[in-house]
Amino acid sequence: MAERVRVRAMMPPGHVRAPVYLRGKEGVIERPLGAFHNPEQLAYGLSAEKKPLYRVRFRMAELWGETAENPNDTLDAEIYEHWLERL
Amino acid sequence: MPHDHPDHAHDHDHGLSPSGHPYRADNDEPLTYWQRMEIAVRELLIEKARVSPAEITAQIEVMDARSPANGAAVVARAWSDPAFKTRLLADAGAASREMGFDIGPLNLIAVENTDSVHNLIVCTLCSCYPRNLLGLPPDWYKTREYRSRAVREPRAVLREFGVDLPESTRIRVHDSTADMRYIVLPARPAGTDKMTEAELADLVTRDAMIGTGLARTP
Repeated sequence: MAERVRVRAMMPPGHVRAPVYLRGKEGVIERPLGAFHNPEQLAYGLSAEKKPLYRVRFRMAELWGETAENPNDTLDAEIYEHWLERL
Repeated sequence: MPHDHPDHAHDHDHGLSPSGHPYRADNDEPLTYWQRMEIAVRELLIEKARVSPAEITAQIEVMDARSPANGAAVVARAWSDPAFKTRLLADAGAASREMGFDIGPLNLIAVENTDSVHNLIVCTLCSCYPRNLLGLPPDWYKTREYRSRAVREPRAVLREFGVDLPESTRIRVHDSTADMRYIVLPARPAGTDKMTEAELADLVTRDAMIGTGLARTP
């Protein structure tokens, strides 16, 4: 069973790489990618610690509801662990 | 001589070329803030002897020389060599380096198209693209329209590219949001069993590796 997660629905200022259209949406971990320097610090030339990064798979029905072209098509995106909550 | 045209006066406005086409506006708008910033930083680096103009030109030439032919060679190898394909799908960066492609620090993931799955690549936040393997991205890849519609209505976008997939095909869109770059391993076309790796590479288009196209059929 793939691990279920939800993207945190936060709206912090500054450079973040969790797209707004995925915030608050639920998906499953497709694969872990290892740890990468946190772009939220890196973008400002700050020393950025490494954070675990995951590929998360969402169903189009979860993202777009009734208006999804095909509910079972999927979207994968890379989301940092501190943007995810386990379900 | 263009100005000898008998139908109008010599001092006509220059709205149309002699062949009747509108002139394109000159590209001489003032520099943007970021263009000035780039020039200033480049000139400082040269002044302080950190890089030479020749090195900058050489690097631009390296970037311009990369083309989708590199990616096509990787795809053709994967079609021809099942063990290589397994390695490509497990670690696309290592498999590309194995073929001699310098892909730098690129973290590459290959996603495979099959009879039942079609993959499409987009970067909604900016224009992430596997440049080291495919060269510079096409202009449309960077447009707001492609970036927003590819995640919202990928099937409609694909139809506009001439790819009309049945509802039974699962579409997987990949939004390149952070550190990974993606290349689609297109499905090998039918009727190519006897083709050499070099012949197969000719069937692999740039769009096939973005997912907005399919490999050519011979």
